[in-house]
Order: sequence, then structure tokens, then C-alpha cells
Amino acid sequence: MTTPISRGFHGRRSDGDQAARVPPGNYLTRDFPVLSAGPTPHNPLESWTFDIRGEVAEPRTWTWEQFIALPSERVTVDIHCVTKWSKLDTSWIGVSLDTLLDGVSSSAGYILAFSDGGYSTNIPLDDVRDGKAWIVYEYEDKPLAPEHGGPARLLVPHLYFWKSAKWVRGIELRQEDAPGFWEGYGYHNYGDPWKEQRYTDD
Amino acid sequence: MERTAIHRRLTWQYASVVDVVAETARTKTIVLHPGDWDGHLAGQHVDVRLTAEDGYQAQRSYSIASAPEDEHLVLTVEKLNDGEVSPYLTDELRAGDQLELRGPIGGYFVWKESLGGPLLLVGGGSGVVPLRAMLRHRRASGSGVPARLLYSARTRDDLIYRQELGGFDAAITLTREQPEGWTGHSGRVGRKLLADVAWPPAERPLVYVCGPTGFVEAVADALLALGHDPARIRTERFGPT
Repeated sequence: MTTPISRGFHGRRSDGDQAARVPPGNYLTRDFPVLSAGPTPHNPLESWTFDIRGEVAEPRTWTWEQFIALPSERVTVDIHCVTKWSKLDTSWIGVSLDTLLDGVSSSAGYILAFSDGGYSTNIPLDDVRDGKAWIVYEYEDKPLAPEHGGPARLLVPHLYFWKSAKWVRGIELRQEDAPGFWEGYGYHNYGDPWKEQRYTDD
Repeated sequence: MERTAIHRRLTWQYASVVDVVAETARTKTIVLHPGDWDGHLAGQHVDVRLTAEDGYQAQRSYSIASAPEDEHLVLTVEKLNDGEVSPYLTDELRAGDQLELRGPIGGYFVWKESLGGPLLLVGGGSGVVPLRAMLRHRRASGSGVPARLLYSARTRDDLIYRQELGGFDAAITLTREQPEGWTGHSGRVGRKLLADVAWPPAERPLVYVCGPTGFVEAVADALLALGHDPARIRTERFGPT
């Protein structure tokens, strides 16, 4: 169909340099919107653990103290939310999934990340390896705020941000893919912002 | 407009603007007639896309304000002063225009009879919009599920759907003024007001909270402090932190 012109609409365009970094259908924001399906969980760090479980020879568990003692990296990336905002040059500190999965023997093709509050999201295993994903606990050099997923969240910047599960508590390695929370409510199974994979059949 | 919602690809389509009605100084209600609509659930939203003459496009999501049973698809939009799309929708759009949209979208922040209750709806500012769709749907469907709205606005003039809310079990609180003759509540929604208005945790109400981020954070935290089950609390937030 031909695109109708919205009479009297001019729009606000981003600078050329920055516009190239914003996926189609998204706009640039300097705010940091919060989107969550339920209340923000507040659980003490003393009982926090991070698990790797499922199709692995030996499941792994880290306590909070053990986790933040792992080698960490600073990551500066652009993030893109399915609700249309993009934010450039966000800075995080956390542990690479490569570090957590180092030496893990598995024939799994997928992960299901799971969180406090019952949230989950599914991602192909290849999409969290080779420097593409982190478990982050600092944002802009401060502890990650609870409403943004603190104490720790997954960060997978090349996918829509709902894949970067807040309040993450572990990953389950799986032979077969299974939809996570939003994927079961009509959102795209993979979620590539540059292909505008917002909803199921996009 | 109610039809059985079936899974189909969400494609962009035109909707004709039937009417644009001022709700408050900052909000307009847009009455739409979509070309093809398979129905929606109360609480869902749509994506709206605008196109400039040179092809530049901008899109945003807006909650559906109408019940599935209503004749038209209705959005209520709050104007953001530095917004790109909302000022166009509130100030420029008029009856007879075409609007491009797709939806309905979202399956979690929705209410239908089978989810039960009692139903507690807590809205801040324009967060009342999807909650109004739930209240209208409950009434239109003849549901016997008890439902109560707690609505927080800055001033009496900021109240959206002010006349209509009188027909629901609605408690209203104003945070920035206490006008003469005001018989509703005053101040922000916190533990005390929730304890006064909400069903106790033992009644296991199903709670929907929608509003600006700070509002939703505060209300959800207060509900947890009162002992409500986090799994019975659904939230939808908008605006910056």
C-alpha cells in the first residue's frame, strides 16, 4: 500500500551521525525509561545466586561475593527497546557470558534466562557467546538501580532490550527453544532491532 | 467491534478519525474507525505511525481506551511538550484525517472475566487510560467481578474521564491541590490510602497499576509492604525515570 502522508506532520529528526545508529521505527532518547511487567523485586544479596543449569554436564552456581570477584569488563553499547526508544553509548560493568560458560560442555542450542519475579526470555546460545552478552551489575559507574534490574541483569545489546532480562538469576541451557515471558505474549521470538522484529510474525 | 481475537500477522492499516475530543488541557480522546479490526482485549495498546511529506516516519505506542464492546476504537493521548508524535495527535489531528496504526499489541496487562478478581485498578495521570478500558469492558460484559479504581491526578482539571468515572466505584486523589468542596482524597498513593481503598491481601485482589515510572514503583512497593502477592500485581509504566 502507498504510505499516507500525515497532513501537517514534520517530525523531529536525529543528527545524521546518530540517526544511523537508531534502528528503523525507533527514536533517540536521553532518558532511561523503565518497563516491567510487575513490581520491582527486592531480595537481599546474601541469598542471591547465579546458576547455569539445564543441559550441562555440571551445573554451576555463584554467590554474589563469588560473582563480583569474577573478571569483569566495561561495555559501552547502544540499546534499543521494542517500545521504540534507543539510547546510545550506555556504559556497564559486568561479567561476560564467555567467562561464565568457559569450560561448560553442552550440546544445547538455546538458553532461557530466568529472573526474580518470574520473568524469563529465550535466546539462541550463539547469541550470548563470543563477546555478545554480559551479566552486568554497574550502570554508568554506579550499582545498577533496582528498577533497571539491579542487582544484576543480562545485557544482550544486539537484540531488543526485553531480551536483556532484569533481576537475572541464571540461565538454563536447552536443546529445544521455548518462548520466554514476552515471547509468549505475542512478541518476536528472536527480536533483531535492525530487522524490526517486534511482534510474532514480523 | 468485539470479535474473537485470532492470531494474525500485525500489519499496518489506516483508521479514519471520526472525532477528536478534549478531555483536559493536555489530553485528547481520538475516536477511530479502523478498516479492519479483529477486536482487542481491555488493556492492550496499538502502535501509531506518522509519515512526513519527505517520507520521514515516527511511531509510538498508545493504550486503547475503549472496551472491546464499544462501537469505535478509542485512544486517549497526553501531550508531551517535547514530544514528537503526541503534540501532532493532540493539536493537529482532526476528524476526517487518516491515521496509520497496527495492533492490538500486548497480552499481559489485560483483563478479561476469566482472570477473575476482585479487581483493583490503580492509575496515575494518563495511566488511567487502559484501566478505563477494563472498567468499560467489565460493565459491558455484565461481569460480576467486583472492581475498584484508585486514580491519582495532580489537579481536578487534570482528571481524565471525570464525568464517566462517577459511574464506577472510583476513589480519586489529588496530589497538587485541594479545591474548595473537594470530597475525594488528597496526596500521593501510599500505604495508608491503599489500606483504606484496596481489598486486603487476604482477599487476593488482582491489581493493575499504570502510570509514570515513579508512581508505579511507589504503588507497587506499597502494595508489597502491605502484604499483597507480587504475582497478582501487573504493572505498566511510561515516561523517564
